[in-house]
Amino acid sequence: MHEMGIAEGILSSSLEAAEGAGAVRITSVFVTIGELTEVSEDALQFAWEAICPGTLAEGSVLDITMVPASSRCADCGHEWVHDRYSGAQCPSCGGWVIMLRQGREMRIDSIDIDEESDA
Amino acid sequence: MKVDIEKRILAVNDELAGSNRELFARHGVFVLDLMASPGAGKTATILATIDALRDRYAIAVIEGDIASKVDAEKVRAHGIPAVQINTGGACHLESAMIRRAVDTLDLDALDLIIIENVGNLVCPSDFDLGETAKVMILSVPEGHDKPYKYPNIFQVSEAVILNKYDTMGVFDFDEEEFREVVKSLNGQVPVFPISATKGYGVSAWAEWLAARIDAAKGEGSE
Repeated sequence: MHEMGIAEGILSSSLEAAEGAGAVRITSVFVTIGELTEVSEDALQFAWEAICPGTLAEGSVLDITMVPASSRCADCGHEWVHDRYSGAQCPSCGGWVIMLRQGREMRIDSIDIDEESDA
Repeated sequence: MKVDIEKRILAVNDELAGSNRELFARHGVFVLDLMASPGAGKTATILATIDALRDRYAIAVIEGDIASKVDAEKVRAHGIPAVQINTGGACHLESAMIRRAVDTLDLDALDLIIIENVGNLVCPSDFDLGETAKVMILSVPEGHDKPYKYPNIFQVSEAVILNKYDTMGVFDFDEEEFREVVKSLNGQVPVFPISATKGYGVSAWAEWLAARIDAAKGEGSE
């Protein structure tokens, strides 16, 4: 259940950005998670609901975008989208030197806030 | 109103991990993050690795557990400095815990620090500690299907140790299938079959580690 630590990371960055922008409330938080991580969407939502009460993010929506993995072959330049089990070897030339281009993201993208004038 | 953040979620952990990594490089210390399930033989593998390498390298161990200090005591009884971290319920180590632990060690006097992560095949794989390499252990009784179920840990590891290899005849463990799945997850990652308590295969694993330690030292001195 490391999603609790991840949720805390999301909350602390969100609160910092919200306070800097003079927010009275955070309505949504947008994050991107790579499919190669061990982050569970359900567990992250559960952790989010557990830690937000009493903060500016109370009642906010955590919007999670899961992104698939993709890699590029260093030998032939082939690029492909893959699951966990088809990313180690190039499907085009059989090469083993592979550069992962996406799939390990754990990123907070943006937040939607209400400012004092909205309240 | 929308406010852009564009930041890694674990930015605080990752920044401190980066700082740990610089600290280890500056002192020429190789740091191994050893991950496995509870009972896979992490402590036994650490003790066997110490015995294989203690004549060549000055070694210390950081023990991560939810509670207790039994592992640190075992390592100290072996004549090796050990720091125990108790996570108090957390399922993995984080870079700040490692920093507090290494602050109690004399880094200039060390070549190798082995971190025994909390027993868990999931959570430790997503956290950068600032280590030089992550390595995992799977033990034969856990079954050859574990790479299907816990893929990430096999993908982030630079070597896979297959422990309790001497029990192969007792369990229904398909080594060929295991190696095929590991290969599909992590290309040419080396797999070292060992029996930590009986000594089988330990030297091949220890020599791989020694070569990595020497290579890191070479890079650091350039």
